[in-house]
Amino acid sequence: MQRPFTIDDIAMNYSSYIALIPLLPLAAFVMLGLLGKQLSRSAGILATLIMLVSTVLACYTAYNYFFVTGKVNGVYPPVAAFHYNWLPFSPGLSIDMGVLLDPASVMMLVVVNFVSLMVHVFSLAYMKGENRFATYYAFLALFTFSMLGLVLSGNLLQMYIFWELVGVSSFLLIGFYYDRPAAVAAAKKAFIVTRFADLGFLIGILILAFYGGTLDFNTLIYQLTATNSSPLTQSPQAGFPGISLLTWALMLVFMGGAGKSAMFPLHIWLPDAMEGPTPVSALIHAATMVVAGVYLVARLYPIYLLDVAVLQIITWVGAISAFLAAIIACTQTDIKRVLAYSTISQIGYMLFALGLAGYGHTTTGYSASLFHLFTHAFFKSLLFLGAGAVIHFVHTNEMLEMGGLRKWMPVTHLTFLIACMAIAGIPPFAGFFSKEEILLAAWENNRYVFLLALITSGITAFYMFRLYFSIFWSRTRSYPHQHGEGSWTMKVPLVLLGTAAVLVGFIPFADFVALDNQKEITIPLSFSIAPVTIAIAGIALAYLLYYKYNPGPQKLALALGGLYKMVKRKFYFDELYLFITKRIIFDGIAKPAAWIDKHLVDGFMNGAGRATARFAESIKAWQSGRVQSYALYFFGGIIALAALIVYWWT
Amino acid sequence: MNEIPLTHILFLSTALFFIGMYGLFTRRNLITMLMAIELMLNSVNINFVAFNKYLYPDKLNGVFFTLFIIAVAAAEAAVAIAIFINLYRNHRSIDVEETEQMRY
Repeated sequence: MQRPFTIDDIAMNYSSYIALIPLLPLAAFVMLGLLGKQLSRSAGILATLIMLVSTVLACYTAYNYFFVTGKVNGVYPPVAAFHYNWLPFSPGLSIDMGVLLDPASVMMLVVVNFVSLMVHVFSLAYMKGENRFATYYAFLALFTFSMLGLVLSGNLLQMYIFWELVGVSSFLLIGFYYDRPAAVAAAKKAFIVTRFADLGFLIGILILAFYGGTLDFNTLIYQLTATNSSPLTQSPQAGFPGISLLTWALMLVFMGGAGKSAMFPLHIWLPDAMEGPTPVSALIHAATMVVAGVYLVARLYPIYLLDVAVLQIITWVGAISAFLAAIIACTQTDIKRVLAYSTISQIGYMLFALGLAGYGHTTTGYSASLFHLFTHAFFKSLLFLGAGAVIHFVHTNEMLEMGGLRKWMPVTHLTFLIACMAIAGIPPFAGFFSKEEILLAAWENNRYVFLLALITSGITAFYMFRLYFSIFWSRTRSYPHQHGEGSWTMKVPLVLLGTAAVLVGFIPFADFVALDNQKEITIPLSFSIAPVTIAIAGIALAYLLYYKYNPGPQKLALALGGLYKMVKRKFYFDELYLFITKRIIFDGIAKPAAWIDKHLVDGFMNGAGRATARFAESIKAWQSGRVQSYALYFFGGIIALAALIVYWWT
Repeated sequence: MNEIPLTHILFLSTALFFIGMYGLFTRRNLITMLMAIELMLNSVNINFVAFNKYLYPDKLNGVFFTLFIIAVAAAEAAVAIAIFINLYRNHRSIDVEETEQMRY
């Protein structure tokens, strides 16, 4: 098969070790899954060491890719580092297992490995003394394997397989405390909602594969962008109701991405997923798995660029999610839920940045989006790990029961502050640079989205510092269980991620990850004034309301009345879904279906059985029990048949 | 060599068959009935062998069938006798009238 964009001789450089990066965590999973009981305490250390090796390999790969191989004709070429023809169907269509390296996947490789390693180290202290300590590490390793596989996938179906695998490991980890009913419910909810979205993803894959003739990313992109003869890109008449097949396929694929990335209106599972252990939230529900939707759209970006309508839908889904989630985050008091909504909000940023190209002015949103994904992974996992340290210290998630923690937890306090500055977009922290690029892309393409994003960034600064002031300042309390800030295994990841959150913004990201024909991103200094001002205003408001404990916030909540209540209840999305599932689907569809099954289908079957039994009852007297009379009937029958045959024959 | 005509043999087998049938219908002892069935089977065997020899002397199909029937008959006799033994244990008799109780 023709592989137009890949250069095979470069692939030879990587093939020897690249497969090890995902396979090492898999080996850890198998080992801990089988021998976990015997290893107990050392299980965590073993898994962490394996992750360390994998991370080193990933960094080496990135170094090799960006600096040794370098650019070919001015772009970083996609490299199929490893390719195995797994299930061939026809000469054109086969399901392969492969590793595809391009700037986006190499970037994700480093991010996933690094954050996973930090979480592994952090969990050594956080999960200490847990009954299922080894199982926890086995699940973490399974997740890391699946996520790395997803990132490196060279074709759609392979990506889908790993996509479901991360879903499963997320399910297992959310439900880790399976003796808590809330955790079990949250795990089920997360699984069902994302599965529902994945149904769309699968159908989208099938449409793309059927009409594109291949599952391979590069070949698919090449075929769809280079030729206009494909039925996918042709007139809308080929599709159903007036929408072209390509639009359908891309919409459905995006539905899968939106489910995984917890976008409006499929966002309901993410806040509940916070029932899992906090380091898990840092890894899965902040830095890696939930950005899979962004990564998916970025992977197929050249195809998405063919369809303006879908990009515009993505823009608005992203922008509305970003805005609504930010508002909801202002009213939540569970610190992990605040962070969960802020994650939804930030992923909304990434998605609308991708979608902005649909307004046809510039395509800089692509690298802006992935840059934000990159920086967000560091500061958001830092926030979650900081929250984990806080929860570990005060034994509660409620921010109303915290305050004054800066005295006891100086390291956590400092790193948390850095992360808050980063997410609020204060220079020179990482989030500032990526958010500026997104805002610039919005400014160039769609002013309404820009305005919404600007307001959202102000709200972001407000709720993050509301969280920060409530935890570390406000009124000082006495905490009954004093056991210090935590061991070095908890502090080292915080410090490393904090350093990253300061430094990664200075990476000239657009030089590494960009579309082939993308123009330089230059942010004029004057452009930054508005976002930074609004962020500082948000922080100032939070300072006024939450720096010292005062009745201000409560008064404000009372003054807003119904509006506050509506936001606090998350715009009644959960209630709406419950109404739809319970009242409409269960009562309206499932119960009548059950009635039909019980009374009509079963009734018919029972009736048939009863009729047979009654008929048999009426003729059973024919069975006399006299063997010889049976034999007589038999011979009589044979003779009659013989007579008949002889008669017919002659 | 003075060959025996086919009709003679067919007459023998037919006679044997109806002797067996008569036995099957008139006897009340299950073992005797089993023996009658064996007679009928053997009459069929004679038919097979005879037709094979007279009509297709260069083939062996009939002989094979005969061997099959003998094997099946042996197996059937084993099963039948096992049933009779059980019947005898329960009823102290192997009269065919006893089996009437086994209806529905």
